[in-house]
Amino acid sequence: MLKFVIKRLFVMLLTAFALTFIVFWLTNLPPNLEKLAKSEAGTRISDAEVGTWLSENGYDSSPLNRYGQWLGLLPGWTGTAQNGTPTGRCLEKDADPATAPRFCGLLQGDWGQSSVFKLPVSQVIGRSLSLTGWLMFAVMAVMVPTALFLGVLSGMREGSRTDRLLSAFSIASTATPEYVSGVVFIALLASPMSGLSPFLSGAGWIEGRTLFMGTATSAMEDINFWNFALPVMTIALYGIGYIARMTRASMTEVMTAQYIRTARLKGVGFRQVVVRHALRNALIAPFTVIMLQFPWLLNGVVIVETLYNYKGFGWTLVQAAGNNDIELLLGCSVVAVVLVLITQLISDIGYVFLNPRIRLS
Amino acid sequence: MEPLSWGQILLAALQQFLPVWVALIVTFALSIRYKRKLALYGKLFDSPVGMIGFAIVMFWVFTAFFADWIITMDPLAQFSGSKNAVPGSALTAPDPDAYTHFLLGADHVARDVFSRMVMGAREVLKIAPAATLFAFMVGITLGLPAGYVGGKLDTVISFIANLVLAFPVILLFYLLVTPEIIVIGIPTYMAAILFLFPIFFIGILINSRYFTNPPQRNLYLGIAMAICVWAYIGLAFNADPLGVWGMSPNLLNVFVSVVFVNSPGVFRIVRGMVMDIKTRDYVAAGQTRGEGAWYIMLWEILPNARGPLIVDFCLRIGYTTILLGTLGFFGLGVSPESPDWGSTINYGRKLLAMVPHPALAPALALMSLVLGLNLLADGLREESLKD
Repeated sequence: MLKFVIKRLFVMLLTAFALTFIVFWLTNLPPNLEKLAKSEAGTRISDAEVGTWLSENGYDSSPLNRYGQWLGLLPGWTGTAQNGTPTGRCLEKDADPATAPRFCGLLQGDWGQSSVFKLPVSQVIGRSLSLTGWLMFAVMAVMVPTALFLGVLSGMREGSRTDRLLSAFSIASTATPEYVSGVVFIALLASPMSGLSPFLSGAGWIEGRTLFMGTATSAMEDINFWNFALPVMTIALYGIGYIARMTRASMTEVMTAQYIRTARLKGVGFRQVVVRHALRNALIAPFTVIMLQFPWLLNGVVIVETLYNYKGFGWTLVQAAGNNDIELLLGCSVVAVVLVLITQLISDIGYVFLNPRIRLS
Repeated sequence: MEPLSWGQILLAALQQFLPVWVALIVTFALSIRYKRKLALYGKLFDSPVGMIGFAIVMFWVFTAFFADWIITMDPLAQFSGSKNAVPGSALTAPDPDAYTHFLLGADHVARDVFSRMVMGAREVLKIAPAATLFAFMVGITLGLPAGYVGGKLDTVISFIANLVLAFPVILLFYLLVTPEIIVIGIPTYMAAILFLFPIFFIGILINSRYFTNPPQRNLYLGIAMAICVWAYIGLAFNADPLGVWGMSPNLLNVFVSVVFVNSPGVFRIVRGMVMDIKTRDYVAAGQTRGEGAWYIMLWEILPNARGPLIVDFCLRIGYTTILLGTLGFFGLGVSPESPDWGSTINYGRKLLAMVPHPALAPALALMSLVLGLNLLADGLREESLKD
């Protein structure tokens, strides 16, 4: 078990290095740097001036070298500005060059400065992650129990009417990406012109003009049901179908197993068989699926936060990518990649832990 | 002129889709008539779920095909004074020879929503199946040897596949589908590598089948390779001397990114299935007969893995459609004029609460296509498991 975990950790570390390097390289392509130089030093500067700006700000070394600096494994660049003052990656403005640290990168906790928000990247990401954390938590709290319940219910008696109905629902929900369900939800429930809201407000049953709020901006301050339900439902809907189908497949397989038949023949009640005997084994496979659902949730978060204007992690990522904010985009990527890798690790270890057949062999 | 009621809109729309209904009826009549002779495709018509799915998918396929006849107006034309017109409203200055109403309303720059939705089907169905097919060829070409040979080869390819799978898709799109990337030429390099796999796949497929009969082999291989290299030059480098094959840099960028994102998933499925199938007796028999490794992989193992692969192919076209919609939704890699569903949703969402119809029409269209593909896959799975 320990050997397995160590091996997985090693592969994970290697993956993290490879992925962050790819992201670093792609965000630091020459045209991106040129754009950065133009946005920082003025749009009308000549090509030669772009070159000077880049070399003065330490962008003239090789990508691998800069990647090392950014990670904090190589010493930060140093140089002198045109007026003779020493500059450097690790040098604060007007600070004494002698006291500046040699290394300042990700590993030292220095994530750089966001050019869009004019704030340290770690601060921007920290703030947005806490907002997204609430969203993720609510999504998980809605999605996982619903999906497992639906999956167990339809897998319990394969081929029954309940099964067919719920399977149809699952298929429909996996066919509805977030940007479709979001649009449909807003048109149905949060538009003063169409859907339910005109009827409800016309009849005087709701106070405002719409039943739900079409944006989640107010949820950043104060989460309540009316501003948070739609974003949560939008993300959860896509995942529910998928997890429910996996649970159903696993449940039907377990329900045809010999030991279930034995239990039934011994005279144990159906309810008892499902709850006591089948459920435990049936929930092993969905566990992995739920864990591997995280990377996809990240996608959903980006779409939903853009659609509902909720300024969390996904929204920040879109802003960073759209505005060529290299340091912030790198920071977001690191968080995303680490999140994905950790969930993969948990799902691997959890699977082995939950399934004695694999653990013993 | 009077605006149309919802009933009239429905009737008019049904009438516009007339070529599609005719084509659908002909397809179904012929297929059901000859279903016993049509193998898995024929069996599809024994499953109601599969038939519904197939009908929805073919509806959109025929819509894409007959789009020029179905549209009521030029999808790019802007009609002044009809900004955000509601469904069924009449044109302010109708041309007596042309269509007089916006069936599904007009969007924020007064373009006809109905015509754009119909044309959007063509945009999506031009890319999604082809990209999925390419992803399958890449995934199969890598997955077969990884599963069959195993060892170091498997470790290396699996590591790379997992690397791509660990990337959040949206992040990858934001990094890969940008104008800067096109300037550097990365899509062309990626295309140059990714498009080699189909050529390799087809070459090996023919060679391993006919290598015992060199004249026949040389003929088939020569013809296939000539066509492949011709298409390769045209598609990857946009340098076809005859101008038949070609993709604009934007389209190539989108296409390559979608293939790149999809291939590792296919690879994983193929690899898993090969590892299972290679323990079967008929593979051992082939090995004892002295059949080559590629022959066993392509002509013994692959045909026996076709059921799950066909099902996954359907599901994956749906997934690719969703990915293309995501790209459009974030405005990546498409021109603002393009009527594809994703970018239409993107433009529609800005006024969504006030004017829902421009975003709703393409959203429901996209959903129905993906739903059709999912149902089709479900029907195929059910039928292929029966024998």
